[in-house]
Amino acid sequence: MKTAISIPTEGAMGKTGTWRVFHPVIDLNKCIKCWRCWIFCPDAAIDRNEHPVIDYDYCKGCGICSNVCPVNAIEMRREEK
Amino acid sequence: MVPNGGEIMAIKDLPMDEYILKGHAACPGCPATIALRITLKALGKKTILIVPACCSAVIQALHPHTAFNVPTLNIAFEASAAAASGVAAALKMLEKKDVLPVVWAGDGGSYDIGLQALSGALERGTDFIYICYNNQMYSNTGIQRSGATPYGAWTTTTWTGKKERQKELAEIVMAHHIPYVATATIAYPEDLYEKMKKAKEMKGPRYIEILSPCPPGWRFDMSKTVEMSKLAVETGAWVLYEVINGELKFTGYSKRILEGKERKPIEEWLKMQGRFRHLKPEDIEKIKQQLDEKWQHYKKIYGGKE
Repeated sequence: MKTAISIPTEGAMGKTGTWRVFHPVIDLNKCIKCWRCWIFCPDAAIDRNEHPVIDYDYCKGCGICSNVCPVNAIEMRREEK
Repeated sequence: MVPNGGEIMAIKDLPMDEYILKGHAACPGCPATIALRITLKALGKKTILIVPACCSAVIQALHPHTAFNVPTLNIAFEASAAAASGVAAALKMLEKKDVLPVVWAGDGGSYDIGLQALSGALERGTDFIYICYNNQMYSNTGIQRSGATPYGAWTTTTWTGKKERQKELAEIVMAHHIPYVATATIAYPEDLYEKMKKAKEMKGPRYIEILSPCPPGWRFDMSKTVEMSKLAVETGAWVLYEVINGELKFTGYSKRILEGKERKPIEEWLKMQGRFRHLKPEDIEKIKQQLDEKWQHYKKIYGGKE
């Protein structure tokens, strides 16, 4: 009998960034690097480099990062298409 | 912030390891994936997840791909703890002592459907961790009432508000005399991380329950997931504690409430959620009364020990 095994893949549900209505924009001058946006991102779409980097391919635009930012450095802007 | 041997743990000190891959199938603003990310950061890659029917079974996305980068066993709704017993027995036979079976189940699969399997596994002393991420309803199947749904809450099966009180699964689990029981919530990632680390280092059955405010189910804006979780603790609707070998200890904000800090009014939490929109003043009065009863009970326990 063959067992159904799934392989771990980034983007298992496709590019989930297309679900987005608002996208977050980080003001790096205000950012204090507390990394609250990184730990609270449900999609792991914020990478930890020298400063937070948002992966717009997979960000679903929930706005949690903007909500938890203690210095209001993340603004939610409507997608323009 | 949780003291850790004199050191203060901060969010930036949490490990960078990521076991939930981008592009999974969760709703935007999902608390379960936040909780699972932090949990797997603490437990590491030598973990076997056992997932019954729940949101997380869907979050993994479609075969032949999965968004979970740890071995995962998907199993029937009522069988998660029984399956974990089987995995634990197999690991024992293979002498793989460093691999840990972890059940990741929702409140429907823990409070209602999986309760007898859970109770059995706890009583047998299976060496595993059982994690219940509690969103107080069956969110995956479209918001039905569960044993964890609080009094007055709207669901599709209690559309005039639930008339019964929720049960306390953590207290039922405590009655099994297991080494570790804890409650946590996503708004305090350091607290959750510390509790997972503590659980990982112990042996025998361990149980952790995580409050996960579900935006579509609780009817609030998806950006407010963390805020809602924080308010639940600050208003006293959710209590943070851990029980190590029968000794109960309150942690974080809940401990501060017991030390005399004022609880925020519960209306603040209720008003932010659409599921409590229909409540009349007398319903809110009843919720307040239940809450006071609960905290008086905790005060008695706390006062008796300190």
